[in-house]
Amino acid sequence: MGSNMAEAHPVGFQWVMEAKARGAKVLHIDPRFTRTSALADKHVPLRAGSDIAFLGGVINHILSNDLDFREYVRAYTNASFLVGEEFVDTEDLDGLFSGYDPETGTYDTSTWQYENGFPEDSVESERHREQSAGEQHGSGGPKLESGTGIATDQTLEHPRCVFQILKRHFSRYTPEMVERICGVSREDFLEVCRAWTSASGREHTAALVYSVGWTQHSMGAQYIRAGAIIQLLLGNIGRPGGGVLALRGHASIQGSTDIPTLYNLLPGYLPMPDARHADKRDYVESIRGTHQKGYWHNADDYIVSLLKEYWGEAATEENDYRFDYLPRIDGDHGTYRTVMDMIDGKVFGYFLLGQNPAVGSAHGRLQRLGMANLDWLVVRDLTMIESAEFWRNAPEIETGEITAEQCRTEVFFFPAASHVEKEGTFTQTQRMLQWRDRALEPRGDQRSELWFIYHLGRILRRKLATSTDERDRPLLDLAWDYRTEGDGEFPEPSADDVLRRINGVDLTTGELLDSYQQLTSDGTTAAGCWIYSGVYAGGVNHARNRTARTEQDETALEWGWAWPANRRVLYNRASADPQGRPWSERKKLVWWDAERGEWTGHDVPDFPKTTPPEFEPEYGEAGPGALAGDDPFIMQADGKAWLFAPSGVVDGPLPTHYEPHESPMPNLLYGQQGSPARKVYGREDNPSNPAPPEGGGDVFPFVFTAARLTEHHTAGGMSRQLAYLSELQPALFVEVSPQLAAERGLENLDWAHVVTSRAAVDARVLVTERMRPLRLDGRVVHQVWMPYHWGPSGKVDGDVVNDLLGVVLDPNTMIQESKVATCDIRPGRRPRGCELLEYLAEYRRRAGVTVETGTHVVTAHTTASDAAATSDTTAPGSTGSHTTAQGTTDREEDA
Amino acid sequence: MTVSRESFYGPLDDVSGDAGYTEHPERVGFFTDTSVCIGCKACEVACKEWNLLPDDGFDLLGMSFDNTGELSANSWRHVAFIEQPAPPRESAPAREADAVDLGLPSFDLPGAGTGEETRTDFRWLMSSDVCKHCTHAGCLDVCPTGALFRTEFGTVVVQDDICNGCGYCVSGCPYGVIDRREDDGRAWKCTMCYDRLGDGLEPACAKACPTDSIQFGPLDELRERARERVATLHDRGITEARLYGEDPNDGVGGDGAFFLLLDEPEVYGLPPDPVVPTRDAGSMWARAGVAAAAFAATAVSVFFGRSRR
Amino acid sequence: MGVSDWIRSWPVYRQLTGADRLGRGDAAASPQSREREPRTADADRVTASVCPYCAVGCSQNVYVGSDDGGERVLQIEGNPDSPISRGRLCPKGSASKQLVTGDHREERVLYRAPYGTEWQELDLPTALDMLADRVLDARRKGWQDTDADGKPLRRTQGIASLGGATLDNEENYLIKKLFTALGAVQIENQARI
Repeated sequence: MGSNMAEAHPVGFQWVMEAKARGAKVLHIDPRFTRTSALADKHVPLRAGSDIAFLGGVINHILSNDLDFREYVRAYTNASFLVGEEFVDTEDLDGLFSGYDPETGTYDTSTWQYENGFPEDSVESERHREQSAGEQHGSGGPKLESGTGIATDQTLEHPRCVFQILKRHFSRYTPEMVERICGVSREDFLEVCRAWTSASGREHTAALVYSVGWTQHSMGAQYIRAGAIIQLLLGNIGRPGGGVLALRGHASIQGSTDIPTLYNLLPGYLPMPDARHADKRDYVESIRGTHQKGYWHNADDYIVSLLKEYWGEAATEENDYRFDYLPRIDGDHGTYRTVMDMIDGKVFGYFLLGQNPAVGSAHGRLQRLGMANLDWLVVRDLTMIESAEFWRNAPEIETGEITAEQCRTEVFFFPAASHVEKEGTFTQTQRMLQWRDRALEPRGDQRSELWFIYHLGRILRRKLATSTDERDRPLLDLAWDYRTEGDGEFPEPSADDVLRRINGVDLTTGELLDSYQQLTSDGTTAAGCWIYSGVYAGGVNHARNRTARTEQDETALEWGWAWPANRRVLYNRASADPQGRPWSERKKLVWWDAERGEWTGHDVPDFPKTTPPEFEPEYGEAGPGALAGDDPFIMQADGKAWLFAPSGVVDGPLPTHYEPHESPMPNLLYGQQGSPARKVYGREDNPSNPAPPEGGGDVFPFVFTAARLTEHHTAGGMSRQLAYLSELQPALFVEVSPQLAAERGLENLDWAHVVTSRAAVDARVLVTERMRPLRLDGRVVHQVWMPYHWGPSGKVDGDVVNDLLGVVLDPNTMIQESKVATCDIRPGRRPRGCELLEYLAEYRRRAGVTVETGTHVVTAHTTASDAAATSDTTAPGSTGSHTTAQGTTDREEDA
Repeated sequence: MTVSRESFYGPLDDVSGDAGYTEHPERVGFFTDTSVCIGCKACEVACKEWNLLPDDGFDLLGMSFDNTGELSANSWRHVAFIEQPAPPRESAPAREADAVDLGLPSFDLPGAGTGEETRTDFRWLMSSDVCKHCTHAGCLDVCPTGALFRTEFGTVVVQDDICNGCGYCVSGCPYGVIDRREDDGRAWKCTMCYDRLGDGLEPACAKACPTDSIQFGPLDELRERARERVATLHDRGITEARLYGEDPNDGVGGDGAFFLLLDEPEVYGLPPDPVVPTRDAGSMWARAGVAAAAFAATAVSVFFGRSRR
Repeated sequence: MGVSDWIRSWPVYRQLTGADRLGRGDAAASPQSREREPRTADADRVTASVCPYCAVGCSQNVYVGSDDGGERVLQIEGNPDSPISRGRLCPKGSASKQLVTGDHREERVLYRAPYGTEWQELDLPTALDMLADRVLDARRKGWQDTDADGKPLRRTQGIASLGGATLDNEENYLIKKLFTALGAVQIENQARI
């Protein structure tokens, strides 16, 4: 779901075809019939933006029919944990959870806590949201003060246990509701349910694949949570052939998250410190609970080792390892916020390092206007991309919004070395690092980013060498002494040396570390990214391991190196039953070897090696030693997988269906229309199309979605310049159904233009049966699809599809909702120049779009404070009667 | 080796031997299993990268995702995309039930008749076409310059150092595969990567193919594998699966590159019953053979006579 | 070539004296066909790489040869040893040679002055030096010592960066490290998008 694997990851799709050949059933649930659908056993189209309603239906089907893998669920998830009495569900609040503050549009998560689990320190939820709180908690997942001593009900009957809360929360996600919201027939829906559940259990596992079709929503993290809940209920996590597989779209996008070029993270998912953290102790205490279980409890080891790598000998225990050198964040510093700050004149310089936001980011116009209001811009790329030439080829040149003669932005274009002209590691989508050898030298001024950053840093340090300004100390004290190769003033820095220091070193011996378990907080280890510790274990670059697949078993541990500790299936302790025996012979992966007193198997066990299955920690224990023998989720604060998330997800402890920010449909489940915690930016330059209950949405009656084609790559910088790829998909097109074509007078291959309140975009029409109108709650809804690879440069050019989108973000990830919006489509080409601006203004007038449109996020007919005060609150409105019945029943049970 | 009717028509066991290779490797070929083709066009690109072919222009054709159109001098692999109604399956649920469930009239309103009710009746076929490397290759038989020849692998290759661009081969191909390049006028087509085969490498397209839709190997093995694949698909209810071009009794003596199709060949743009245009050349040889041999002998003796002077 | 070799190279001679009486096979092979070999056979070396497009991580073998113009990539294709890709590549991966050898690749630093309408060339050290001055200037202009409550921020909002998902881990590491030391926090990449 939310993935077009055959098109976006064709070579990975060979394994799907292999599984299919061996009898696996392949289901593709996606708005559009794609090349993936063509090869699937079944394609189920659903309305873009309705996935949680569908997944909620599956959860309800599993729970209502007792189809969960109960032994797995009871032992390995938090199903039996009791949630505090203060928690109030969406059932009772018309789509809101308890703790919602309508003033700030954020949740205080304190009412979502487990019973007996110490509540979190008072949560500053506004700040939490601003800082992308999901990742604020780092790879350890959200913090709990204590991982032991949580009240449970092993019968799963207690009305406040997670299992029952889940059951009740999803009870209204019926097949009928799925049909009305998603446009999926009951038969198709039930066929998916049957296939999914029958392929799961002791003897079978089912894998769930998603991509940015899930993440790029205003509640993208909750889409993934919903998928994870199903996979956990069915026992498909930590087991071979199971999992929730995120297929990522760039060669090292996993690596650039692990070793982040992201504002809210330090390497290894350590959060960036914020203004509240007076010192390192503060910081560590705020990211992990004093008594929590698992390896995240050792966060102090990880941050100290990082600080030692950053500042070397300048970082000592006495000076708190120079924790004070880290800049502090205090809100949203994400790329979209930053671009608005550029327009507002708050940002002066901008580096684009292999990225083309003029085409590739949502709301291209905003991106380009931001670039046009800088002191300087640096673009490093293989080729001349739109972002480097916005001053002469942006669409805004034609409308007069940008003119070269009046644009002050100084632009530096630095040609980049390609992947074969430099060495280093990419981390692919399964967390595997693979080293590339350098094949040959780049030409002319082409250089690696390693070279560029290393020498820029060197020159900056030289320029500041005599500075006495305190603010320059972090730069001057920086450990910037990487080995170099070659002579002269500008030698190439050694990627190998950088990787060694990422892996980590024992500073007392100078030896490379073998594992993150060797890291310490006493300043004797330095490691750039704790989860990568071990990639250089034994002094060997394991990312360069290339034992042929034919010379090893199918786990292929000798090819590349996967973090952590070369484990290929995360949480694989769950592939064995609570007693440590494989759930079945067919599905064995890791198990307890009682004779040797250790975990063993085909994969590297993702568990403390000698902790036996029956081990029970003392109450109040902390860290890895507090993990019970049946706590497979070793990075979680309580060792269990979270069906219900008591913290860490800022927009709700359970996934809930909300309509997208822009939608032609009212929310049929709750009065709350869209995600109440989504990030909206009401600005003149960021208008939204209206959505119910606002009027005027009929001006943009169609559902818009966009995606990739096999033949191109993202913003096109690596494909539109290549003749062999350009000829395969030479022009921007828009896919419409024959019915929509008839309704709007569109002819195959003719021009049409798609319109939103932001932009109008020309495209050639492709009329296809693959696009199918959906019947939703008695009305027909058409979907329109476009690939987004084109821009003004390259061998083939076209309008920028991302211009159609506005900026509205998932509050957990600060990722934009670019997989769904509303639009109009008209035959013929769009107006040009100033007429285009007038044309768009007229659309906005007709739709009644103002700066306010879409910014009133609360539409539920009750508020959190109401509900907290009165237990019999029911929601008025269309879903009121349903709510009342459910609410009353559960209240009685509570009493 | 004598010249016989079998050299021009009908089954021919040893196609390389017939072309004068006394010792030669096994005949190799392509088996393109379209039932696993994902239409990615890696074959088209890998072919162009290896063979250094020019691009074929940047034209949107509006034919589903096919912007290559056909095999040509510059495109030696071509992936066809066919959007069509799917054949009914026994396991498919009755669609009438849905119509009832909708409770709505399914006429006149745009889109009204097209909710989910026909979704399972739709399919998207993809198939990578290529030169067939026929057992009896019309292009080769009509080539007057010897530019086209049969390799020791049993494949058919145009030698660009010989070809003079006469174009006879273009009309000689029953599949419409071979084509002349506009700039130099010479004929070009798939060589099955003749240069790679000599070094034990597989052709670029087959090597790249992500799902193994394009399989390369000894033709006999491929034929066996293909028959098994058809049987498997039939067992799974895909009764429309059939092979195309694998039969040595067909009009070209069987193809060196054959296909598993899920519909009639015409749907994929393939001729249903291709026949080599030189099918009768064998009997013509029989009549003209003696005269031709005498003529040739005379020519050679004259030549040698001159050489010796 | 001696006369007898010359004669033997004549296809008709071969046709009449060999087994290929119809002149459609062995006898018709041209000199080029007889000497053919894959250009990868000319490679000086084959290096192991990874496809730069999506995140599947398909292994590539890069064949490097040399001519008068220096070293060049002769061919890029899949490495069959890989348990991920088994030697296969998609159309983008298959086009990698064009990606790295195509004429679309820029080789020189280019500079567009404020209010300029054209690019101009700049030598690399000069450009880096100019950039370093600008980095310090933007850093200073956007500097924030503390927040409104007087809590230390020690940062600049004057410099932003976007990119990393196409870069190496080692590169991202240095980017984050340098910018963090500079006090820049708006450091982002495609993972946010």
